[in-house]
Amino acid sequence: MRAPSPLWAFGLLRSELLTTFRRWRTLALLGVLAAVPVLVGIAVRIETSDGSSVGGAGGGGPAFIAQISNNGLFLVFTALAATLPFFLPMAVGVVAGDAIAGEANAGTLRYLLVAPAGRTRLLLTKYTTVIVFCLAATLVVAASALVVGALLFPVGDLVTISGTRITYGEGLGRALLIALVVAASLVGVAALGLFVSTLTSSGIAAMATTVGLLITVQILDQIPQLHALHPYFFSHYWLSFADLMREPVYWDELVRNLGLQALYAAVFGSAAWARFTTKDITS
Amino acid sequence: MAEASATEPESRDRGSADRGSTDLGSADRGSADRETAGRQTAGPEAANPEGAGPETAGRERADDAVIATRALTKRYRGGQLAVDGLDLTVPAGSVFGFLGPNGSGKTTTIRMLMGLIEPTSGSARVLGRPMPGAARTVLPGVGALIEGPALYGFLSGRDNLLRYDAADPAADPRTRRARVSAALDRVGLVAAAGKKARAYSLGMKQRLGLAAALLQPRRLLVLDEPTNGLDPQGMREIRALVRELASDGTTVFLSSHLLDEIEQVCTHAAVMARGRLITQGAVADLSAGARGRLVVTTPDPADAARVLKEQGAGDVVAVEDRVTAEPPDHDLAEVNAALVAAGVRVRGFGLERASLEDAFVALTGEGFDVAG
Repeated sequence: MRAPSPLWAFGLLRSELLTTFRRWRTLALLGVLAAVPVLVGIAVRIETSDGSSVGGAGGGGPAFIAQISNNGLFLVFTALAATLPFFLPMAVGVVAGDAIAGEANAGTLRYLLVAPAGRTRLLLTKYTTVIVFCLAATLVVAASALVVGALLFPVGDLVTISGTRITYGEGLGRALLIALVVAASLVGVAALGLFVSTLTSSGIAAMATTVGLLITVQILDQIPQLHALHPYFFSHYWLSFADLMREPVYWDELVRNLGLQALYAAVFGSAAWARFTTKDITS
Repeated sequence: MAEASATEPESRDRGSADRGSTDLGSADRGSADRETAGRQTAGPEAANPEGAGPETAGRERADDAVIATRALTKRYRGGQLAVDGLDLTVPAGSVFGFLGPNGSGKTTTIRMLMGLIEPTSGSARVLGRPMPGAARTVLPGVGALIEGPALYGFLSGRDNLLRYDAADPAADPRTRRARVSAALDRVGLVAAAGKKARAYSLGMKQRLGLAAALLQPRRLLVLDEPTNGLDPQGMREIRALVRELASDGTTVFLSSHLLDEIEQVCTHAAVMARGRLITQGAVADLSAGARGRLVVTTPDPADAARVLKEQGAGDVVAVEDRVTAEPPDHDLAEVNAALVAAGVRVRGFGLERASLEDAFVALTGEGFDVAG
């Protein structure tokens, strides 16, 4: 038998990334995400063109939306706050849910395993690819918002939530940090989606289940009677990324969010592994 | 009658002369005989473990078999017994036909051999190592086409092969493009390599699936219904390819529900029905197990049938001008003379060689297309 190359896992990862990002569906999801900041930016620009502020006196709408007309960089924060509850996790749910189930559905899973890709390695490759997609999706939203914000609104020094001023350069740094935290916030959904994906041989069913769970959790998170459970919902601390715009940064909920995502990744990652490595592949 | 069928190699279109004259499977012949008949690539014992003495046959089967299963059993959740105590031995260098009606457990067996399905009990060894335990070392030496091709429709044919090759840890990335091109060339898909796979016809998909199995030099090829969806020309090409691979020393494990396909290309065969292995062995032995039938063509079928019965023929059946019967034990020339003497106008008189289908019917007592 030929000796396996130590770098072979990266060959499979490279192939997986190429395959995922060459798919029309992946590009369409990223396109929709890129369009959100454009819509928000244009809407704010139209509403504030007469000099009034967004949403009237009472505010409303996603976080930071009122500041956009003063500084285009705030469109990045607004766009991330607008897409994080639904658009971003939905896109991740589609990609994660399809990861194994889609291959099973197409029958390509059996050929990958006979190649032999190895079940643990294939699962790790799939999860890594979904994480890369989380990052790519978040960065697409952030980059689109950054460009649209700079085109439609003035840019310059900005004021944090705490009222202190920071330079535009530092603001960009915070924006990047926020994008990374938002991407990390999706790690839990990604693991959940991957686990669901190992349960079925239908890509559509896995995607629908993952997105359905996402919506259910978001609704349950709004019901006050379930208060005791809220800290365990993967979406509960999502909007804590706004704390990065405080001076000094308020870390409590940020850390709790990242810890919760790690917990989800560990629990559902293990479940996916246990399921996938013992599963009979009959499709 | 067994001799009659075993010594008519020219009637079975084996393609190349060296393979056609091997009298494959007459187990009583020595292995040296077989060696001279054009199997340079596989050792004598490997080519014909049955040729060894009975006292060593068991050990050699276990050592040299490319596939060996012991009491392999699969019971699906829900209690359905798909494969029941299978003892299958595929000798190295053979072209092994795996026969059975739909639903007889062939695909479940193949999936267990490839490590896709965990057996409920029993064991399977492929290339001498246990499956699914040694999948990582065994499978790079195995090319497989399982239950038809499966492709990424949004990728081109070439990109599909690049992806499958990237999944193989033993595949050298430096030679990947060259090997993919060679595989495409081998199945005649070079011209369509840049097309998206979803635009492929079923035959083209089948070829691309075969190309994926041929990305590396393999010791074993597992081909599940490889000619499915191909036109007659495509089927001939695939058969020629199988023979070519086999002559290079690759063991080919070929499942099919087409009996004549198995007869044309296979040296050995196994028959499954309802999850059980009914028989396995050399193809010539299997069809020899069923006796050929005597066929008389005559405008006087009633008289012919009467004379044949008088001559000791059994199971006489007259359909229009054709009378068939189990041949009697004495010289067929006498039977013919008796027919002529009785005034039967004999237009045709001959022995129809027993086919694998006859063997199958004799073994199972039912037609081949009956799903188990």
